[in-house]
Amino acid sequence: MELLERLFVNIAGLARTLMAGWSLPNSIIELVVLILGIIAIIGLIIVDAIILVWLERKIAGFIQERPGPNRLGPAGVFQTIADTFKLLGKEDVIPRSADRWVFRLAPPLVFVPAIMLYAVIPFGKDMVPVDLNVGLFYCFSIASLGTMSFLMAGWGSHNKYSLLGGMRTVAQMISYEIPLLLSVLGVVMIVGSLNLSDIVAAQKNVWFIIIQPVAFIIYLIAATAELNRGPFDLPEGEQELVAGVYTEFSGMRWALFFLAEYTNMVATAAIAVTLFFGGWHGPWLPSWMWFFLKVYLIIFFFMVIKWTYPRIRVDHLMHFGWKFLIPLSLANLLLTGVGIEIYRFMRG
Amino acid sequence: MPRTQELNLNMGPQHPSTHGVFRCVITPDGETVTRVENHIGYLHRGIEKIAESKTYPQFIPYTDRMDYLCSMVYNQGYVETIEKMLGIEVPERAEYIRVIMAELSRIASHLVMVATMAIDLAGTSNWMYCFREREKILDLFEMTCGSRMTFSYMRIGGVAEDLPEEFIPACRKFINEFPEKMNEVHELLTGNEIFQARTKGIGILPPDMAVAYGVTGPNLRASGVPYDVRKNQPYSIYDRFDFKLPVRFNGDCFDRYLLRFDEMEQSCRIIEQALDSLPEGEIKGKVPKMIKIPPGEIYHQVESSKGALGFFLVSDGSNKPYRLHVRGPSFVNMGVFPELAKGWKIQDVISILASLDPVLGEVDR
Repeated sequence: MELLERLFVNIAGLARTLMAGWSLPNSIIELVVLILGIIAIIGLIIVDAIILVWLERKIAGFIQERPGPNRLGPAGVFQTIADTFKLLGKEDVIPRSADRWVFRLAPPLVFVPAIMLYAVIPFGKDMVPVDLNVGLFYCFSIASLGTMSFLMAGWGSHNKYSLLGGMRTVAQMISYEIPLLLSVLGVVMIVGSLNLSDIVAAQKNVWFIIIQPVAFIIYLIAATAELNRGPFDLPEGEQELVAGVYTEFSGMRWALFFLAEYTNMVATAAIAVTLFFGGWHGPWLPSWMWFFLKVYLIIFFFMVIKWTYPRIRVDHLMHFGWKFLIPLSLANLLLTGVGIEIYRFMRG
Repeated sequence: MPRTQELNLNMGPQHPSTHGVFRCVITPDGETVTRVENHIGYLHRGIEKIAESKTYPQFIPYTDRMDYLCSMVYNQGYVETIEKMLGIEVPERAEYIRVIMAELSRIASHLVMVATMAIDLAGTSNWMYCFREREKILDLFEMTCGSRMTFSYMRIGGVAEDLPEEFIPACRKFINEFPEKMNEVHELLTGNEIFQARTKGIGILPPDMAVAYGVTGPNLRASGVPYDVRKNQPYSIYDRFDFKLPVRFNGDCFDRYLLRFDEMEQSCRIIEQALDSLPEGEIKGKVPKMIKIPPGEIYHQVESSKGALGFFLVSDGSNKPYRLHVRGPSFVNMGVFPELAKGWKIQDVISILASLDPVLGEVDR
């Protein structure tokens, strides 16, 4: 158990000692370890995406009383891999009237911020790629970058459906970023730090979901909207906008959007776990296993919601965000502030 | 010099939620729709013209291919038109079988409506639940006539084959289980707040407008006009059954959606009664080998799942119709769509279209 717990930390340590044995300068050793970490994270993202696509289809199948993918490998686990190869082999189509550079740049620009989010997440005990003291702030500023690329995709495709989808994305993401941030502020006020490791450490005895249940619900709703997942999947809006911003994308470009969605989903769930579910804290199992267990539980929740709820209408979405979530999160902030003051007063 | 220009959004004929090959051009102002224009005809096969070159029995399969979701009723409407003109007596048992089949077809068609309404609002799971139930009805059809979609089961003077032995228990089982299965849909979809917000008060069709546009069927009854051909001008043996005429009064998408459930309930009642009183005997009356209709004209209408379905037949005395006109309910109902969709959001256009429940095979014919 102890071995498992320290597995990844030991691998990094081993790499360091090995390179020190070759008498390499310290800066190069750190660089190599950093690159190893990046490779590990990208590997994690890809493996995660493959598992999640399969899981999503299985859960959808379970809810809809059908088997889901079941041809390739046991219970169809290799279906996603086969799909990926198919997408890689597809012809790269760019519409004639599209704004070529904007169109080409959009998919990677959606994907890059999604990967960057992983830099500050504490995956386990002593397992933070970069222990940033403004970690949470970094997360949300990076996450909001994604909005731009959706607008680029919508505008660059030169397609009316894409444009409508792009406009919806911007409206939706900007409106829901505010309650998202405000809900998280409650936790920050209690801990007094933006560092994600500190937030996890503060939850050693009690998880913040117990102290901040309203904030957690607001976070979950706003995060679903930020992820563009059902019932808030308006930018895609399959039934009315064909595929929304994704309409003109095919092959690997389209797959990058898809990959980004799943990457973002894991990141959002990871932040939720870090902020509200005690991060990697948990008995018996190694810390990183606990972390991923909790993350997958939240992702399961996202998936069940997506496959059982109809899509919300665009103006209802705005009303819900501005007239309900934002006042509620402000009220939550006020209550938290008052609560903290009372706590301090009682403690003397 | 920057200038503003109206955006025309072309929806269809290849679009996920236009129920086939319907095309409409909408003029959105942001997300709000200011104008909708119907374009139909992408599935036009000239069925009415084909009728003029086919003998009377030969045309029965073409009636299947109009409204392929409710084809039993189309079969029935056509053969009854011919029988009415020729004065053919249809045996009791055949009449009962026809009613059972037509009502099963109605349930299947309404199930598709509920399913597509759900999926058009992105409640994808309900699609599967409704289709699971529809599958059972199709199994019943397959049991009887070997076909699942295009039956050509009704013949001039009766039906093609008698009910198989296992049909009646299987049908009873389906009818008994049906309300419980529909509760699943209600639990997952009807009670959902998002679903209600997207359908209640959306696309209101006032009764006078509905009548002015000639809207019939569930869409008319959801606006509070109690008109049903089965009740108002009973054909076949519908006057023998005890069933209610469900009416709702708001005329919005939600009422049109719920009215389908009310109708399915009543259809179940009719089927139950028909199964209870199903007489023994012949399934086909005496029909001449070569059907020739004396010169004249006739209009006969039945209630399909979409509304009043009429066949207008002009005969010149030969063995082929001189002219056959079909009054398709979906076609007429579609006329009110631009009027209904105006002023709502793009997403509402989809739910309004789904609530009108057109079948393009019949709209274009």
